[in-house]
Amino acid sequence: MVGSTNQRTNLATVMLIQDSNADHVSESFADRHASTYRTLRLYARTFRRNTSAMFGLAIVVVFLVVAAIGPWIVPFPEDATGAVHLDIKLQPPDSTHWFGTDEVGNDIFTRVVLGTRTTLQIACIVTGVAMLIGVPLGMIAGLVGGWVQEAIMRVTDVFLSVPGLVLAIAIVGALGPGIVNAMLALSLVWWPGYVRLVQAKTLALKNEIYVQAAYSIGASKLRIVFIHILPNCTSPIIVKASMDMGMAILGAASLGFLGLGAQPPFPEWGAMISIARTYLPDWWWYSFFPGLAISLTVLGFNLLGDGLRDILDPKHRD
Amino acid sequence: MLAVENLKVHFDVKNNRGVKTKLRAVDGVSLHLKKGEAYGIVGESGSGKSTIGKAVLNLAPKTEGKIEIDGRDITMTNRANEAWLRQNAQIVFQDPHSALNPRMTIMRSVAEPIIVHTKTRGHDLRRRVEELLDIVGLSKQFIYRYPHELSGGQKQRVCIARAIALEPSLLILDEPTSALDVSVQSQILEFLASLQRDLNLTYLFISHNLSVVRYLCQRVGVMYLGNIIEEGTTKTVFEHPQHPYTKALLGAIPYPGATQPQSAPPLIGDIPSPVDLPVGCRFHTRCPVKVANLCDRLAPEHHHQTLGWASCHLLDPDLDKVGGKPE
Ligand SMILES: Nc1ncnc2c1ncn2[C@@H]1O[C@H](COP(=O)(O)OP(=O)(O)OP(=O)(O)O)[C@@H](O)[C@H]1O
Ligand code: SF4
Ligand SMILES: [Mg+2]
Repeated sequence: MVGSTNQRTNLATVMLIQDSNADHVSESFADRHASTYRTLRLYARTFRRNTSAMFGLAIVVVFLVVAAIGPWIVPFPEDATGAVHLDIKLQPPDSTHWFGTDEVGNDIFTRVVLGTRTTLQIACIVTGVAMLIGVPLGMIAGLVGGWVQEAIMRVTDVFLSVPGLVLAIAIVGALGPGIVNAMLALSLVWWPGYVRLVQAKTLALKNEIYVQAAYSIGASKLRIVFIHILPNCTSPIIVKASMDMGMAILGAASLGFLGLGAQPPFPEWGAMISIARTYLPDWWWYSFFPGLAISLTVLGFNLLGDGLRDILDPKHRD
Repeated sequence: MLAVENLKVHFDVKNNRGVKTKLRAVDGVSLHLKKGEAYGIVGESGSGKSTIGKAVLNLAPKTEGKIEIDGRDITMTNRANEAWLRQNAQIVFQDPHSALNPRMTIMRSVAEPIIVHTKTRGHDLRRRVEELLDIVGLSKQFIYRYPHELSGGQKQRVCIARAIALEPSLLILDEPTSALDVSVQSQILEFLASLQRDLNLTYLFISHNLSVVRYLCQRVGVMYLGNIIEEGTTKTVFEHPQHPYTKALLGAIPYPGATQPQSAPPLIGDIPSPVDLPVGCRFHTRCPVKVANLCDRLAPEHHHQTLGWASCHLLDPDLDKVGGKPE
């Protein structure tokens, strides 16, 4: 009995060495990743069955495409850079000007389409910066514990206790209006949510048995963070990021509306509505189309986030 | 092989009024395991079994005590000791369902200790992982699967493969079968027994399942509230238990085909809190045969028999002189 497994092992090793080459050549990329494919297919199936998530995805994709090819499809590109055609001002929607024109005769369709890129850029940067600040801080707080955690969480709580937009308005007020300052202000008020999320998740993961097992194997702290903890935090981060894209769009538009964000004639939806509101209700199309764009993108990202939560984080489903 | 001297693990905890106190999870445990031996630790939930295993592997903070493996003193947690320890002692956890990273393929999980400690990569690594899976009886078709695609027994085999990847000499098994179906349990136990013989491993086997320990272990230590209160060869302890607690444990769990120890009074009450340990013999609050005026004052000493020892005043040949009388 003793040695029989050893013998078998040795035999197996010999056989493996002999046929290992053939073995590895015949094993395709698809074979090696079959499990990954299966998982992804399952995700795709769950997602497809979720009508509202698919609707959200469709909206987001449409706006992304519009943002990407906007400058090439708009009929009057110069209308976004301060052209003035007073002779055709405040025209209702027709076949030339699909969304009508504004008070200086600029094509609203052109400005809404070009505003898409601005808006998505702001949202991406704000969410991205918030993640870059929040995720590491949350992870440090969760992993290190002690007074470090105490300090990080206290500051986070202070930020979270003040309404984000109010704080952002105060910051832009101090820095002066402008698109860059608006982004900066929004990023500064956005990160605490990520700290909360990641810290809680890290605390939970730290006690997972597979993290203990990694310690017992002798894995370094860095390895444990990047291989065992971070990949298992990504789902809630992605879900939150998708939701936050919507919220950041709303935040940027609000700042624009208050005249603290992008300045005319720069095409930004919030700034457009800010002027357009004085032309309500008779020239309704002027504020209607930028408003529709804002509502649709926010709705799209929220539905998408909800759908992602359903497939990535099934436990948190209500 | 493994020598633990007077190990103490005390945790700082807050009681329900928020006052800091000490939780004495392990309080003066000594163990001596021979090479190739399977030593079982049994005891009720909360007696500190897992904490001993974790302290040996430096996964729980040691308050006091000395630990030696293969003659090497690893009490100090410096870098060299740490690296040596990780390669020479490994642990298999109770719940295989959460012991594997859900985002890692079986290949990556099993390969991790090899990647961390050696320079083996590429085809050699792949071959080694296949070899390990073969040892634990898994076909190589599992190599690119994710944990959620495996059954509990298969996952536990993967955990065992990961634990033996660096050919450790000591394997700590913390209730390796209690999260598995009964039918799978016996398969894993048989496999563990043959693995021990083939690789000449030393096992520290932690369990509250007495029949499992009886099947696998040559010697057994019975734990109660952070102390080992009786130790001996499996046969002695199971057939001629000395300590009232051991008797009660054995009496409470019917073991098919075994001679039930005679006169096994049942256990009464709950296990006391390790925050507020009873004075004297720790078992006196529940002991059915305690000696009045003695057991609640003085902690009993170890009383040695030929094949083991137990700590209980009743085993003291000079009991009459010490004072007190059985109730
Ligand atoms: N990290 C910790 N901090 C505080 N207390 C702890 C910690 N780990 C364990 N304990 C406490 O130490 C005591 C012993 O725990 P341990 O896990 O060793 O028990 P066990 O004998 O393995 O029980 P089980 O059979 O339930 O696994 C328990 O009271 C437990 O609450
Ligand atoms: S020392 Fe006393 S209380 Fe403790 S087990 Fe023996 S008889 Fe019971
Ligand atoms: Mg335990």
